[in-house]
Amino acid sequence: MIFPSRDFKVLSGFSSDLEARGVLCSPEPGTPQGRAMLTFMASDSEEEVCDERTSLMSAESPPPRCCQEARQGLEDGENAAQWRSQDSEEDLDDADRYVCSGVPGQPLGLEEELTLKYGAKHVIMLFVPVTLCMIVVVATIKSVRFYTEKNGQLIYTPFTEDTPSVGQRLLNSVLNTLIMISVIVAMTIFLVVLYKYRCYKFIHGWLIMSSLMLLFLFTYIYLGEVLKTYNVAMDYPTLFLTVWNFGAVGMVCIHWKGPLVLQQAYLIMISALMALVFIKYLPEWSAWVILGAISVYDLVAVLCPKGPLRMLVETAQERNEPIFPALIYSSAMVWTVGMAKLDPSSQGALQLPYDPEMEEDSYDSFGEPSYPEVFEPPLPGSPEGELEEEEERGVKLGLGDFIFYSVLVGKAAATGSGDWNTTLACFVAILIGLCLTLLLLAVFKKALPALPISITFGLIFYFSTDNLVRPFMDTLASHQLYI
Amino acid sequence: MTAAVFFGCAFIAFGPALALYIFTIATEPLRVIFLIIGAFFWLVSLLFSSLFWFMARTITDNKDGPIQKYLLILGVLVSVLIQEMFRFMYYKLLKKASEGLKSINPDETAPSMRLLAYVSGLGFGIMSGVFAFVNTLSDSLGPGTVGIHGDSPQFFLNSAFMTLVIILLHVFWGIIFFDGCEKKKWSALLVVLLTHLLVSALTFISPHYGINLVSTYIIMVLMGIWAFFVAGGSCRSLKFCLLCQDKDFLLFNQRSR
Repeated sequence: MIFPSRDFKVLSGFSSDLEARGVLCSPEPGTPQGRAMLTFMASDSEEEVCDERTSLMSAESPPPRCCQEARQGLEDGENAAQWRSQDSEEDLDDADRYVCSGVPGQPLGLEEELTLKYGAKHVIMLFVPVTLCMIVVVATIKSVRFYTEKNGQLIYTPFTEDTPSVGQRLLNSVLNTLIMISVIVAMTIFLVVLYKYRCYKFIHGWLIMSSLMLLFLFTYIYLGEVLKTYNVAMDYPTLFLTVWNFGAVGMVCIHWKGPLVLQQAYLIMISALMALVFIKYLPEWSAWVILGAISVYDLVAVLCPKGPLRMLVETAQERNEPIFPALIYSSAMVWTVGMAKLDPSSQGALQLPYDPEMEEDSYDSFGEPSYPEVFEPPLPGSPEGELEEEEERGVKLGLGDFIFYSVLVGKAAATGSGDWNTTLACFVAILIGLCLTLLLLAVFKKALPALPISITFGLIFYFSTDNLVRPFMDTLASHQLYI
Repeated sequence: MTAAVFFGCAFIAFGPALALYIFTIATEPLRVIFLIIGAFFWLVSLLFSSLFWFMARTITDNKDGPIQKYLLILGVLVSVLIQEMFRFMYYKLLKKASEGLKSINPDETAPSMRLLAYVSGLGFGIMSGVFAFVNTLSDSLGPGTVGIHGDSPQFFLNSAFMTLVIILLHVFWGIIFFDGCEKKKWSALLVVLLTHLLVSALTFISPHYGINLVSTYIIMVLMGIWAFFVAGGSCRSLKFCLLCQDKDFLLFNQRSR
């Protein structure tokens, strides 16, 4: 799901977040997830819980809003919901992370021009993290043998692909896909229901448990495999210290406050970890069919008026609530170009009011964030013109998009032929798809699914490069011909 | 083979392209986007060429023998044609996009066609070079002895230099091609196509690296000089640039860099 930060319209659904919010998995005893968790422990398939969790979290699409609205929403929220006392830092974080588009009621022409003016920069701001995530995944796949070994399957893809006939294999992969997609749809609906009935504590707890698991357990496994590959010995105290620091800083950055770059880096890393898990545990053909089906589902869920994601977004917008920041990659950045005079009124967005309930959690250091994250740009011709700050509008991309892009490129890299051309072709195809999606975003100015175009291009280029281009290039290379 | 071979060949082949990217393209987001779109166009052209070759092979029922060699040569020539066709299509697309950008943003300076010619040429070149050389490079990290069956032991070095010259040639061809399209000088397009065919045909005599490489480099130098003059350079500006007096010169001529 991709959406501009300054869009005032309803964000229709975080389709991509749905799919792979595997970031957040939490064991819930006594629930299907809990059972899944136990099964998970037994069968070493780690992301079952994540899958369920993923679906649930999909619904949380941040409605685009101005700083003031966000602040107001916070205030309302603080008065209304009890859970704020625990988690208000997330919302404050949220509000901090919202790059306000500025003043509502700006002339549309100016808005349009500004959107186009900033369009190319935002594309690059998304190209870089997507590329980094893919690089991490491809580098790991090519070097660490663990992630290309077949070690069982997820509970969500029960049908095996070790069948003698092609037809049977195809049938099994389609069945696997159906099961996976229906699980995701069920989780989405469950999440919508949870959100509608305001079970925020449940959702927050789940978010935190999931990111705990991802940041600690998956990182530990990943680190173990990398050390094994390079035959480097590491003693347990060092390992404990490393993983603890990495995980703790990650939790703080993602769920609370932290430098934007560090938060982005952590989000990229957990997306890469999740993608690696998917690459390992999804069987060959099922993975491709699932990728295709997920893009279709993304398209439907984000754009259809009756989609669960859309309903969720509308509910969120009605309540004026921000979305959990742990599920979105935000490319927003703000730079100040020489502040002549700090106008306290324009700084108001940063000074979020205290909730007395918050104090009991001893989060006293809220008043001013350590770095100015969001400003309201001065009105053209307003007296605040001295405040020479320039605000950069960001674009937000769901983590599910990162994960599925990386799954596609990783699978292309993992196929036995060891061909780099296929990987590169898929990489370029995905970037072009993202470019087109951002262009559509600039044109339509509402939230759009980021998966369909990129995944379609990626799939087309994967199969055509693997079957058509590879033999051609190999033959050319063996005769040393250049075209 | 050794890491030295890997890094050496990698930097020979991709060093200049990387430098061009870092110094001229990476700073401007719009140029990066046009570069990637250019790379995409080359990729699609390769796809069509492979499709053609594949169909030709299926038609002849995959028989072994000299017919495969002829088919390959035909495939190469058709591929060159398709690449140039896609270069023309990219030119058309950029023309439309420029006009679109201008109509929406009249005060914002859209990139000039010359700059886009350079960027598109570099995009084509990088993609072409990468596709030609990356598999060879990754093989060079593995074990093996080059030329153990009597082939030339300079295989990697030759491939690296060939890749480099192809990348640079694509840049120059892009500039000349777009300029020809702008000024409706169709002879320029024909020359680009012919030199591309010539360069590809020269690789048919592959074991004789000397002739192959030297003549391709000569063609590259000629193309480079032509592209330099087409892009607006002159002997005078070159002299000033080399003597580091170009800032005054440009200011004097009120030309923007």
